[in-house]
Amino acid sequence: MSINLTNVIYTYLKGTPFESLALKGVSTTINPGEIVAIIGHTGSGKSTLVQHLNGLLNPGSGKVTVEDIDISAKTSEAKKARQMVGMVFQYPEHQLFAETVYEDIAFGPRNKGFTPEEVDKAVREGMAFVGLDFETFKERSPFQLSGGQMRRVAIAGIVAMNPDYLVLDEPSAGLDPRSRDAVFREVMNLHVTRKLAIVLVTHSMEEAVKYAKRMLVINQGNILFDGKPEEIFKEHTDELIEIGMDIPESYKLAALLRKQGMNLPEGLKDEKELAKAIKKAKGWK
Amino acid sequence: MLSNITLGQYFPGTSFIHKLDPRTKILATLIYIIAIFFAESTLSYGILAGFAFLVILASRLPILMVLKSVKPILIIVIFTLLIHMFTHPGEHILWSWKFFVITQEGLETGLKMSSRLLLLMIFSSILTFTTSPIVLTDGIERLLRPFKCIGVPAHELAMMMTIALRFIPTLLEETDRIMKAQTSRGADFTSGNILQNIRNMLPILVPLFISAFRRADELAIAMEARCYRGGEGRTRMRELAYGSRDMFAYLLVILLFVGLAFMKWGKACVL
Repeated sequence: MSINLTNVIYTYLKGTPFESLALKGVSTTINPGEIVAIIGHTGSGKSTLVQHLNGLLNPGSGKVTVEDIDISAKTSEAKKARQMVGMVFQYPEHQLFAETVYEDIAFGPRNKGFTPEEVDKAVREGMAFVGLDFETFKERSPFQLSGGQMRRVAIAGIVAMNPDYLVLDEPSAGLDPRSRDAVFREVMNLHVTRKLAIVLVTHSMEEAVKYAKRMLVINQGNILFDGKPEEIFKEHTDELIEIGMDIPESYKLAALLRKQGMNLPEGLKDEKELAKAIKKAKGWK
Repeated sequence: MLSNITLGQYFPGTSFIHKLDPRTKILATLIYIIAIFFAESTLSYGILAGFAFLVILASRLPILMVLKSVKPILIIVIFTLLIHMFTHPGEHILWSWKFFVITQEGLETGLKMSSRLLLLMIFSSILTFTTSPIVLTDGIERLLRPFKCIGVPAHELAMMMTIALRFIPTLLEETDRIMKAQTSRGADFTSGNILQNIRNMLPILVPLFISAFRRADELAIAMEARCYRGGEGRTRMRELAYGSRDMFAYLLVILLFVGLAFMKWGKACVL
């Protein structure tokens, strides 16, 4: 029970002078209930890769299966399998269209064939998960909301479809720190309460190391590294910098301090843990 | 989903034709099109086709690609041919079956009319194949400039065309993105009758319009911020300038024009 990619090759604009190979035979597995971060610089193929996860793109060769069902098929079974994977695009607020928040969130569940009662329940749950009060927001126009609220409505629209896997393409892009933290808190909450698998595409190394248990580094259409973020950042620092990526700031600072002889433990996830470790090493109170 | 749509058909190159001033190419195309309507004899059609062939050779475009450009009007061409073939009155009957009659005159007129259409399409597509849309609008702006005094807003028209052309790929990309996003939400754009189809398009059209307005607003502010005040007193970084090759091209196409005009009316004058 998982999403399986077997030797996926994808070419854009095949058969024209502009064709370009975006994925060069990617194989990996996304397991239920795990959090995977996908990092890679612009044009590395990470967006192409995640669009294979719910059948928006079909592999030129290779296979993508969700729960052992080939999702490129045209059967209703394959359609069901595709809908198990919810996809939140970059700037998802740009896809809002309905007159009220309620109608917009209900769009996905209705397409999935829910009964009116089920739709109502799904909308309420979706809104609760992203921290929007049902009574306050249901009748509002999505276009009168703030940027952070709009993004939450958009995410609620996906969550309401009750997926087993949730793909988020840079969910924090263009948000202020408070909204960013709120969105992540809600997503993590979903992961815990619904046992939802999260695939997080991000440019932020801090986010990757903070939230993900596993990280895929994509470079030039291939998976370069696959493993725990802490370990990849520790062991492949130079390679990451060479392909235009970076390591989290707290890792950089910790490495510098270690060089100067400070005794710090490995695998400090963020600035708070680092601060604690420095305090401890220095014997400060 | 929309990635296989190619817009504009500019085919980059450095040939003689590519390097011509856009004004030369636009005017030459116009002259050629007028000349097409002078053609009567088979010889004059031969000359026109030969000229088009030479221009394609000089532009170093793949010939097949240029010929393919007639595809959209192929039905009209065939229709023209058939109508002339079956309806033109004439004396030499080639073939008849019940009330279908094909006369030699009908066949000839049909062939001539459809070759006119084909030549017209092929020659004007050479223009768009060898001139990038932006350069083309530059040329149009420069050609319209003399008409400014009678109120033709040459610069504004050209700026509008440039902006529209600039945003077509952007909006296509946007449409593709929104379509994918709504597909992920289970939207279905293929099934249903027309009315349902229109309703199914709403989740695409509404976000698309909103983003188009947002982009327009941003662009307007960005242009204002750079002190754009319309065409009044505006200079250009690259002024269009005629060179010797433009003169050569004008000479050729005018020769062609005069030649064809002479073939049509010349005999009457000589006699």
